[in-house]
Amino acid sequence: MEKGVEIIGFPSIKELQEYGLYPSEERFSRGPVVIVECVQEIPCNPCEPACNLGAIKIGEPITNVPRVNEELCTGCGLCIAGCPGLAIFVVDKTHAPGLAAVSFPYEYEPLPEKGTEAEVVNRKGQVMGRGRIIRVVKTGKMDQTAVLTVVVPLELADEVRGIKRLQRGWSHGQGK
Amino acid sequence: MIEKQAVVIGSGPAGLAASIEAAKRGVEVLVVDENSLPGGQLFKQIHKFFGSADHRAGIRGFNIGQDLLEEARKNGVEIWLDSAVIGIFPGRELAVEKGEGNGNKTLQKIKAQKIVIATGASENAVSFPGWTLPGVMSAGAVQTFINVQRVLPGERFLMVGSGNVGLIVTYQLMQAGADVAAIVEAAGSIGGYAVHAAKVRRAGVPIRLNTTIKKAGGQEELEWAEICQVDSSWQPIPGTEETLEVDTIAIAAGLKPLIQLARMQGCHVEFIPELGGWVPLHDKNMETTCPGIFVVGDSAGVEEANTALEEGRLAGVAIAEAVGTISPSRAILEKEEIWKRLENLRLGPFGEHRLLAKKKIIEEGNRQWKRE
Amino acid sequence: MDRRIKKHPILGEGKQGEEVTVYFDGRPLSGKKGETVAATIIATGHRINRFTRKMGSPRGIFCGIGQCTDCVMVVNGIPNTRTCVTLVEDGMIIETQRGTKGGGAEND
Repeated sequence: MEKGVEIIGFPSIKELQEYGLYPSEERFSRGPVVIVECVQEIPCNPCEPACNLGAIKIGEPITNVPRVNEELCTGCGLCIAGCPGLAIFVVDKTHAPGLAAVSFPYEYEPLPEKGTEAEVVNRKGQVMGRGRIIRVVKTGKMDQTAVLTVVVPLELADEVRGIKRLQRGWSHGQGK
Repeated sequence: MIEKQAVVIGSGPAGLAASIEAAKRGVEVLVVDENSLPGGQLFKQIHKFFGSADHRAGIRGFNIGQDLLEEARKNGVEIWLDSAVIGIFPGRELAVEKGEGNGNKTLQKIKAQKIVIATGASENAVSFPGWTLPGVMSAGAVQTFINVQRVLPGERFLMVGSGNVGLIVTYQLMQAGADVAAIVEAAGSIGGYAVHAAKVRRAGVPIRLNTTIKKAGGQEELEWAEICQVDSSWQPIPGTEETLEVDTIAIAAGLKPLIQLARMQGCHVEFIPELGGWVPLHDKNMETTCPGIFVVGDSAGVEEANTALEEGRLAGVAIAEAVGTISPSRAILEKEEIWKRLENLRLGPFGEHRLLAKKKIIEEGNRQWKRE
Repeated sequence: MDRRIKKHPILGEGKQGEEVTVYFDGRPLSGKKGETVAATIIATGHRINRFTRKMGSPRGIFCGIGQCTDCVMVVNGIPNTRTCVTLVEDGMIIETQRGTKGGGAEND
């Protein structure tokens, strides 16, 4: 079951479903919900205390794969910045007719501005189209991990997990 | 001759943890580090750490380093920087080339009741034609430049190795504004955690399995790298060569424990591939086969920062017990908590080989120890 | 060229610190207190630290942690100074090392 993720570097939807980590379509139809894309047994549990509602559990030993209770989850997204592996996302398939909102962690500069558009990418970094960034959150408590929310066509909601890095070569003087 | 109850060699997470736990329990501790900055590898780590609350999970490495330093100082630990331990001699005497802060060094001799070797590990090199060109460097060197010195040593990188170091440094290179053309991995699967791999794949960096670096070239510095595929015996497959235009190659081919001081003393070592190479045998208290000399952290086997912290704590408690500042009954309770946490950290597919290897070391160590 | 990282998503604004002036093969260079010699030089995009004794091959940073000695240069007249672990100081004179000498000398 883990063979996929060790080869391609990310879990497939099927793998996520096998671990009970992919919400049912029924749950998606009721509003935003968390997707913890973490299927390996690694010693790591900050996602558990990151959720104030107890929707994410690791327990003992801390190498357990996370278990998510989609009924307790309200899709608030507070857990996103709490995951050291940047593996937590919130997807809202009810954002607007034909549109979904995908929230993801972002640790690059420059930070995009709310209201701007960006190229949205899938788990392989392939550009799937453009989306408007409707929310940018970066508070002190998040310790430099910003959370962005981008609006995409509904059919891309299971694929889009980020935006393409902006303005390569921003950080230092170029010139040869 | 200066006398100290405990001398800790190395101020990385293992060394600092040992010094804190010993000092908290009333032991006089001196930490000696050859670098001008303390903290070992912690200050290069700008990502949030894994583990649990006990291991400061969710906190960035450099912040953990800061916290540890403050805790050490608060507990009265003395720290000498720019000071290299150049030898350990019979009777637990150390010779230290001490940095006096003005560029001058003096030779100091210290007699220690207990010594903790926390000297960490060094990176493995992978050689190939062209590897001596400026622009070919270790992944750790890249990390020091971008995260500590805050300067990019190149603009377009090839990463060799997909273990956690290769994956994390690739991500950090992009955070620093560089491009990574690809990660090549000679094995058939990704070496590090999938969540680290997912971050770099999301950023568009391909992870090429069964692929290795064949040669590199350029006029006076690196300009291109030729990669090729390898078969299941890691032999290059002719005809699969591909040239990438990169100006820097970062080599992330694993670490090996730095154990010269332990060997110099005659501590027994064993070759344990799961832990990176030659490792000094130690018992459940992290004491080597040389009485009074402890080994912790990557020097005791390449693992992670959180196991380094725990092994350091263990040695600190064991030293306090050995010099008599805490009772054996208290020591055993504290050690049992640490042993439990260490075992938990070594669970799962990434840790189980290390768990077995460590159990084997302790068994072997016990056998050797009883003979000495 | 200036390869110093000006704004970092985790570390914030560029490295702070007192400015110092060092001389690299006669040319004045601006550095910051706390930087290593290797960093100050590589910040300009220059990556050759020395040329080897036998073949005159260019060498630069390799291990970055003071163990391999590929980064050595002549610093204040002293050859074989490991630039990756030596901090810059105001007025420091840094020369490309050729064999075991600096100052543009031929391989010995």
